[in-house]
Amino acid sequence: MNTRIEYLREQSFNATPFISIERALLETRFYRENAGKYSLPVLRARFFKKLCEEKTLYIGDKELIVGERGPGPKAVPTFPELTCHSTADLETLRQRPMTRYRVNPADIKTYGESVIPYWKGRSIRDRIFNNVPQDWKNAYKAGLFTEFMEQRAPGHTALDGRIYGLGMADFKAKIQEQINVLDYINDPKAPDRFETLHAMEIACDAVIMFARRHADLAKKMANKASDTMRKQELLEIARVCKRVPEHAPQTFHEAIQMYWFVHLGTITELNGWDAMSPGHLDQHLAPFYEKELADGSIDRERAKELLACLWIKINNHTAPPKVGVTARESGTYNDFTQINLGGLKPDGTDGSSEVSFIALEVADELSLLQPQPSVHISVKTPDRLLDAATRVIRKGYGYPSVFNTDTVIMEQVGMGKTIEDAREGGTSGCIETGAFGKEAYILTGYLNVPKILEITLNNGVDPLTGKMVGIDTGDPGTFKSYDELYGAFQHQLAHIVDLKIAVNNYIERMYARYCPAPLLSVLIEGCIEKGRDYYDGGPKYNTNYIQCCGIGTVTDSLSAIKTHVFDHGSVTMDALLKALLNNFKGAEALRLKLWNRTPFFGNDDNRADTIMQQVYHSLLKTIDGRPNTKGTCYRLNMLSTTCHVYFGKMLGATPNGRKAHTPQSDGTSPSHGADRNGPTAVINSLAKMDQVRSGGTLLNQRFLPSVLSTDKDLKKMAGLIRTYFGLGGHHIQFNVMDTKTLRSAQQTPDAYRNLLVRVAGYSDYFVDLDKDHQEEIISRTAQAL
Amino acid sequence: MGRIFAIKKYAIHDGPNIRTTVFFKGCPLRCAWCHNPEGISLFIDRIWIKNKCIACGQCLDECISGALFLKNGEIIRDGERCVACGHCVDICPALAHESTGREADVNVIMEEIKKDIVFYDQSGGGVTFSGGEPLYQPHLLLELLTVCKKSGIHRAVDTCVHAKAELVKDVAALTDLFLVDIKHMDSDVHEKFTGVSNGLILENIRLLARMDKEIRFRIPLIEGVNSDPENIEKTGRFIAGVAPESRVDLLVYHEMASSKYDKLGMPLSPFTFRKPKGKDIKRCVEQLERLGLRVFKGG
Repeated sequence: MNTRIEYLREQSFNATPFISIERALLETRFYRENAGKYSLPVLRARFFKKLCEEKTLYIGDKELIVGERGPGPKAVPTFPELTCHSTADLETLRQRPMTRYRVNPADIKTYGESVIPYWKGRSIRDRIFNNVPQDWKNAYKAGLFTEFMEQRAPGHTALDGRIYGLGMADFKAKIQEQINVLDYINDPKAPDRFETLHAMEIACDAVIMFARRHADLAKKMANKASDTMRKQELLEIARVCKRVPEHAPQTFHEAIQMYWFVHLGTITELNGWDAMSPGHLDQHLAPFYEKELADGSIDRERAKELLACLWIKINNHTAPPKVGVTARESGTYNDFTQINLGGLKPDGTDGSSEVSFIALEVADELSLLQPQPSVHISVKTPDRLLDAATRVIRKGYGYPSVFNTDTVIMEQVGMGKTIEDAREGGTSGCIETGAFGKEAYILTGYLNVPKILEITLNNGVDPLTGKMVGIDTGDPGTFKSYDELYGAFQHQLAHIVDLKIAVNNYIERMYARYCPAPLLSVLIEGCIEKGRDYYDGGPKYNTNYIQCCGIGTVTDSLSAIKTHVFDHGSVTMDALLKALLNNFKGAEALRLKLWNRTPFFGNDDNRADTIMQQVYHSLLKTIDGRPNTKGTCYRLNMLSTTCHVYFGKMLGATPNGRKAHTPQSDGTSPSHGADRNGPTAVINSLAKMDQVRSGGTLLNQRFLPSVLSTDKDLKKMAGLIRTYFGLGGHHIQFNVMDTKTLRSAQQTPDAYRNLLVRVAGYSDYFVDLDKDHQEEIISRTAQAL
Repeated sequence: MGRIFAIKKYAIHDGPNIRTTVFFKGCPLRCAWCHNPEGISLFIDRIWIKNKCIACGQCLDECISGALFLKNGEIIRDGERCVACGHCVDICPALAHESTGREADVNVIMEEIKKDIVFYDQSGGGVTFSGGEPLYQPHLLLELLTVCKKSGIHRAVDTCVHAKAELVKDVAALTDLFLVDIKHMDSDVHEKFTGVSNGLILENIRLLARMDKEIRFRIPLIEGVNSDPENIEKTGRFIAGVAPESRVDLLVYHEMASSKYDKLGMPLSPFTFRKPKGKDIKRCVEQLERLGLRVFKGG
C-alpha cells in the first residue's frame, strides 16, 4: 500500500456513515413541479438528470477515481419514492446502538416539513402496505417470509463487458435506431416503447453531464493546486472524465472510471438491492492492462493503485438505511457489491489473468468491508489462483468466497440461457447466479421453511401468537405415519408460497409502472432492443427468486420426528408438541435426546440426507417454474444472508432440540453444532442436494487457524474445495477465527474494529454486528483437528 | 471383527493429503506421555462424564444388571455387576455415558472409509491406521489393508513396530507408507518411559528399510526425555543409516491430553513433561538437517 492508498483507506475506514437529505429535497421539489407532466419513465429520467446536474460534487485530496453518490465519502442519500423514513425512523438511525448513521437534527426537521408530507401515502412502500391482503399481512408478521421489494427496488445486477466497448454516445445511437423503427401503426405498444426509449436517452445524457461536471471541477482544482504533481493528476482526472462515460474507455484508468460512473448512476437513480456489481472485473480490465503494460504506459504498481482507488470508492458507499422487518433481518452497512475473479471467458477459456492476482492483493492489503471479492474456480482454472485465494482466506477476513464456475454455468444453461451468456454470468450479492449484463434476476424475499413445519405441527396456527396463519391440514396427534405429516407440510408450503407469489407479482407490476429505471435499462442487454424497461421484462433474461432458508433446521426437525415418534415410537407426538410449546422447560432429557440421538444433516448420513433431498424437491416442485409477470418464471435459491437470525427469532422451539428464538441453520449449512464428522462429511451431505437446479446455495465453514497453519494445510483446503466442486457444490466460504479472539472482540470492541468475519454471503466487521449475530457466528461448528 | 475407538475424517496430519484415520484399540507400549490413552487398553470400558450428566436418572432405571447407582451426585458403576451391555451408553440423552471404544467389523469400517474416496482421489490422500497400535489387532489390520488395497485406496500405518517380524512383513506387503515413532535410542531410557526396550522396534525399522518401504519417522519431542543433543544425534544417525531418504517429523509435546486422562479416570504419569523451548526445537532441527535429513515440524 503506498501513501496515497493508505491515506484514502484510512479516510474511508474512519468515516462515519451519515444521512444526506440532498437527494430527497431535490426529488421532492422536482416531483411537486413535474409529476403528471410526463410519462413515468420520462419523469424518472428527467429527475435523474436533474440530480446529475445539481447534486453536490466531491473530489477528495489524493483521489484518482472520482465521484460520490452523496456530498462526500459515506454520505448516504434517502429514496423517499421507495421508502419515506419518518422522523422517528431518522431518530432511531442516529440513536440505535448498532449500524448507526449520523443524522443532523436540523435535517430531520427539514425532512419532516418538506419531504415526508409529499411522499406519505405516495411511496412504493406505503402503497404496498395499503394494498396487500390481510392473510398475507398475517403470514408476513408471523415471520413466514420477507418481502425484498417492499422498501428497496428489486435486485440490481452485475454488468458484462459492454461498457468497455461502448460509450453513452454509442448507446444513444442504438436507442435512436430503435426509436426510428417504431411502428405506430402495427405495434400497439409503440407509444410505450417510445417513452421508455426516450427516458433511456435522457439517462445517457445525465451521466455524461455528471462526468463533465467532474471534469470541470477537476480542472478548476488543478488551476488552484500549488503542488505540481497534484495539478497533473487533476488535469488527468479532468481528461478522463471528459472522455468517459460519453465514449468507450481507452486506458486502464478510463476503464475503471467508466465503471465507476455507471455504478454511481445506477445506485443514484434508485436504491436497488445489492447495489451494483462490475461482474468479471478482472476479465474486463485485463485487455487494457496488457496493452498498456506492453506499450509501457502503465506498470503493475500503478494498476494496483488505480484498482485500490476503486475498492475504496465502493467502500465509501454504505448501504442506505433500512426500516422495519428488513432492518431486523439485514442490519449491515454492507451493500453487497461483489467482484468476480477468475472464472471462464465467454469463449470457454480460462478467465484468470494477472489482474485477478492484483485484485486479490488489493483485497488483502485493504481488508475493507466492501467490495466482496469472490474467486471463481472451473476445472480449467489454474491451481495458482485457488492457492492465492486460500492465502487470503487464511487471514480470516471471510473473503474471498469461492464459487464453482462449472456449476454456476450449468445452473444457467439449465434455465435456457446460451452457453456464452452463462459463462459471462457469475454471482452477485451473496451467492446469486445471474447472466451479467443480460438479466434481471430479482430476489423477492426469504422463505422461513422451518416455520412452515412449525405451523404444520399446529394445524395452521402460529404457536407464538395463537393466530391462524396457514391452512387446516389436520391435528398432528392423529397422524399415523411420517408420510402423513410430510403431506400436511407440503400443503402448508404450497399455501404460503402462493400467498407470497401473488403479492410479489402485484409489487412487480408496481415497479414496472411507477418506478422504471432508465439508466439501468440502457446497460442491460435487451431493454433497448425491446424498448422495455428493466423492471418490465426488458432484459434478455428475467428470473424471480425465492430464497429458501433453514434447510438444516427443517431436515433435522423432520428427522427427529421420524426417528423418535414414528420409527422408534419412543416419544409421542403429544409429548413432543407439549415440550416444544414450553420451550423444553422441564424436558431437558427429551431435548438432549432429540439433539444427540437423531440423524442430522451434515454428517454424510443418508437417514438425514434423504430427508433434506425430500424437502429440497418439495421446494422445487412448489416454486420452480411458477410464472411471474414477465412471461418467465420463479426459481429458488438456497440462501439466508442474515435472515436465519430473524427467522429464528420468529420461531418457537423445534423438534431437533433447538430452543425457541435462537438462530436457524444458515444458507445450506448444517444446523450449528449438528455436523459432528468434519468438513468432508458436510461436503458429502451438501453434494446430495441437486444444486444445479437452484440459483445458488451457500455453505459456511468455520476453521480454527490451527487447521491452516502451513502451506500444506492450504493445499488440503484447496483439495477440499476442488472435491466439493467436483461433486457439484455451488459455493463455499470460510471463517478462520478461534473462539477466544471473537470473545475478546466482544469484551473490547475498540481493539477489534478491523476484525472482519464472514456473516453470510458477505463479510462484516464483527464489532458492528448485534449480539445475536455475534453469538451465531461463535456457535458455528469449528472444524478443528 | 475388531475394536476401534474412533474414525476421524479430514485427518490432515496423519500422512499426506486428505485422509481418514482409523484408531485401533490396544497397545503393547505404555508411553508415559501417551496422547490417546483411550487407545491403550484393548478392553472396552464404560465411563461416566460428570459435566455432561443432567441427573435425569434414566440410566439408573434402565440398567439391566443393577450396576449403576447414585452416590453424592455421582453415578457409580459396580464393576462386578456390570455386564458391559452398553445399554446406558445407548440411552443416555446427554451422552454422559461413553464407551472407550466399539466392536466393528471390516464392512462397517470400510463403509466409513469409502465415503471419502472422492477426497482421497482429488488430493492424493487415503486411509491411515493408527491407535493404540494397529499391529496389536493383526487380523483386523490385515483384512482392512487387503480390502483397501483392492479398492485402490492409499494406505498408511501409524505404528510403533513393536511386533513380531513376521507380522511386520505381512503388513508391509500391503502398506504404502509407514509412520513410525522413534522415542529414544537408549534401550533403558526407552523402557523406563514406554515399558519396553527399543530392540525389537529398531530391528523392525531396519527390516522395513530393507524391504524398501517408504517410512516417515516421527519423533515426539519432549524436554527431559529425548530432546537432548546426544539422543537427537543418535536418532538422526540411525535414520540416516537405515533410510536416509526418509522424511522426519518432529511432533512437539503439548499438554492437551490431561483432560482425557481425567475423563477416563486414569492416573497421570508420575513424570512431568515439558514442551521443549523454541531454541531447543530449532537446535534439534539443525542437528537432523546436518545429517542430511528432511525435517518438518508437526505432522
